[in-house]
Amino acid sequence: MSTVLLLVITGLGLGALYFLVASGLSLIYGLMGVLNFAHGSFLTIAAFIGWEVGRRVSDGTWWGLLVSALVGMVVGALVAAATEYFLIRRLYERHIEQALITVGLALATVALFEGIWGTDPIYTARPEWLTQTTEILGAKIPNDRFLLIAAAALVLGAIVLFLQRTRYGLIIRAGVENRSMVTALGIDVRRSFTLVFAIGGAAAGLGGVLASVYYGYVSAHLGSVLLIFAFIVTVIGGLGSLTGAAVASVLVAVLQQFANFYLGGTGDLVVVIALAAVLLVRPRGLMGKVA
Amino acid sequence: MTLRQAQDGTLRDLEQADAAASDRTDRGVAAAPVAPAARRRTLLVVAGGIALVVALACLPLLAIDIPGVLPGPTYTPGTLQLLAYAMLIAALALSYRMMFGLAGLLSFGHALFFAAGAYGLGMTLDAFAPVEWPSELIFLGSIVVTLVLGIVLAATVGSLALRVTGISFAMVTLAFAQAGSVLIRRNPGGATGGDEGLSLDIEHVPAALVGVVNTRNLYWLALGVLVLVYLVVLWVERSRAGHVAEAIRENELRVRVIGIRPYGVKLLVFIVASVLAAVAGMGYLLLQSGASPRIATADFTLTLLVIVVLGGVGYRWGAIVGGIVYTLLDQRLTALAGSDIVAGLPAVLRVPLSEPLFILGTLFILVVLFLPGGIAGIPQRIRTGRKQHPLEAEDTADA
Repeated sequence: MSTVLLLVITGLGLGALYFLVASGLSLIYGLMGVLNFAHGSFLTIAAFIGWEVGRRVSDGTWWGLLVSALVGMVVGALVAAATEYFLIRRLYERHIEQALITVGLALATVALFEGIWGTDPIYTARPEWLTQTTEILGAKIPNDRFLLIAAAALVLGAIVLFLQRTRYGLIIRAGVENRSMVTALGIDVRRSFTLVFAIGGAAAGLGGVLASVYYGYVSAHLGSVLLIFAFIVTVIGGLGSLTGAAVASVLVAVLQQFANFYLGGTGDLVVVIALAAVLLVRPRGLMGKVA
Repeated sequence: MTLRQAQDGTLRDLEQADAAASDRTDRGVAAAPVAPAARRRTLLVVAGGIALVVALACLPLLAIDIPGVLPGPTYTPGTLQLLAYAMLIAALALSYRMMFGLAGLLSFGHALFFAAGAYGLGMTLDAFAPVEWPSELIFLGSIVVTLVLGIVLAATVGSLALRVTGISFAMVTLAFAQAGSVLIRRNPGGATGGDEGLSLDIEHVPAALVGVVNTRNLYWLALGVLVLVYLVVLWVERSRAGHVAEAIRENELRVRVIGIRPYGVKLLVFIVASVLAAVAGMGYLLLQSGASPRIATADFTLTLLVIVVLGGVGYRWGAIVGGIVYTLLDQRLTALAGSDIVAGLPAVLRVPLSEPLFILGTLFILVVLFLPGGIAGIPQRIRTGRKQHPLEAEDTADA
């Protein structure tokens, strides 16, 4: 029982990380039809700069972590918005080229990060409490999982509130539903593109800082590892669906943990098989709109 | 994409070809009349192609030195190894272009079949090692077994992945490739060598293909693979199936309306392209005397995508140019990164310049933004002097 509980909560923690990356991917794809390969780079740069600033302010304390998280979100949002504004916007409506640009950007930036910060992981200091465990029903659960889950829940709540309660959120929701109709009503959807990129970038940036807490290190490949799973999560959940991304994140991560434990470390394979199975049975994903 | 203008042309061609074919059978005439000018052009292109292949085949016997591009004179093993590697990558890129450029299938799993060729041959050679057959028979047998495995794998993955289209197709292929990559790293039963890669067991490999002394034979082998892949791709593109595949890329619905089922044709193109990738993979194993798990990763497929787009999606030889340019650039930029000139620069310039992938990635972004036809599209752009999508000019620029 305690093992199952540990696996479930660890899965939820990992799922929280997947969700932070997948939420942006899903919104961007839903609104703009762009498969953003550079999303992992947003996460990595935010993790690096968040760590650089955080350790200078106050290394290994809650205050330092908070500063890291805020800096990470701002950096992620700025980099993402700049990417959209300077690169993606020029290729409006040419989806393949837009995806290609992000591929090039991902390759170039990962190489640049390696050049600046080196190829080896850099181990980070964490607040004392996060390195300890809490016992729930006999299961010793690392405390950082709770932080991840709380952060992801907050982000999910914030994005949902933003989408449901604000005018921009309304435009984005309408744009995902039917972009040409929104344009026909005289609203320039393109303005919200930068906004969606910024929101996705901020979520990924927070994800980057939290990933460095979860793994205990920052590296140039932090983003690329998470990105593949975030893609899988996004597609299983249904492209463009935020709820789908949230549900799929949890399903994929928990499934992965259980397979890793009970099926001899085959978590990655099981996830891949799950993706193939979902797509073949239900090509639009769990909660995706009909193409 | 600006393919829309091209689409009507292609479909009209297909419909006309259909009509012409029935015409021909009616009248009992075997070949359609070809204009003399076009025939002369085709002859010229064929002659030029043969001359180029002969010239490339003679390279190991000559001492041409291009400083800055090649690491040494062309007869040295180091240069031949690099050129052979570039040609294998070009062959692989050519097979990927057939899928992405001709049939419009954006696959993120092409590396899987390249790795299947490389690892398949290596593992079959290992498996056959204790058998008491003549070495030649074992070597040929291993190649045949690998090819059959490649076909089975391609047919399985293709038939499943092609049930969905667009981004979903890309994701299913990515998933299979990822599964393959994970399997190779897991090293089941010690068969793949895990992270360290598989080293070639040379016991049953013909002596002419082993060792630094015989690099020129491997070079000729790589050239042979490239020519073979080119001819097969040309044959598929010129065939009826190739025309249908092109039409499907432009407008699948219209193809259905004409009464052709796209699934079979797409599957055929997928299988042929995948098997060609496996052939290139076998060449890679022999050339490198081993295989590393890097060639099975999604990053490797992305590199292929970069190569094809860099060279020019609209042109067959674009993939070849892209593959060779990319490999040479990658190699030379790595050499540049380690040179004293770069080490002496201030950090702002030194860090980006010491990362070949950064320069290649940036170059790629610039090509996508400003040079949609890729490298192969440059002559066409200069000739017409205006922005034009390469696909619109495919008839005149076909080589």
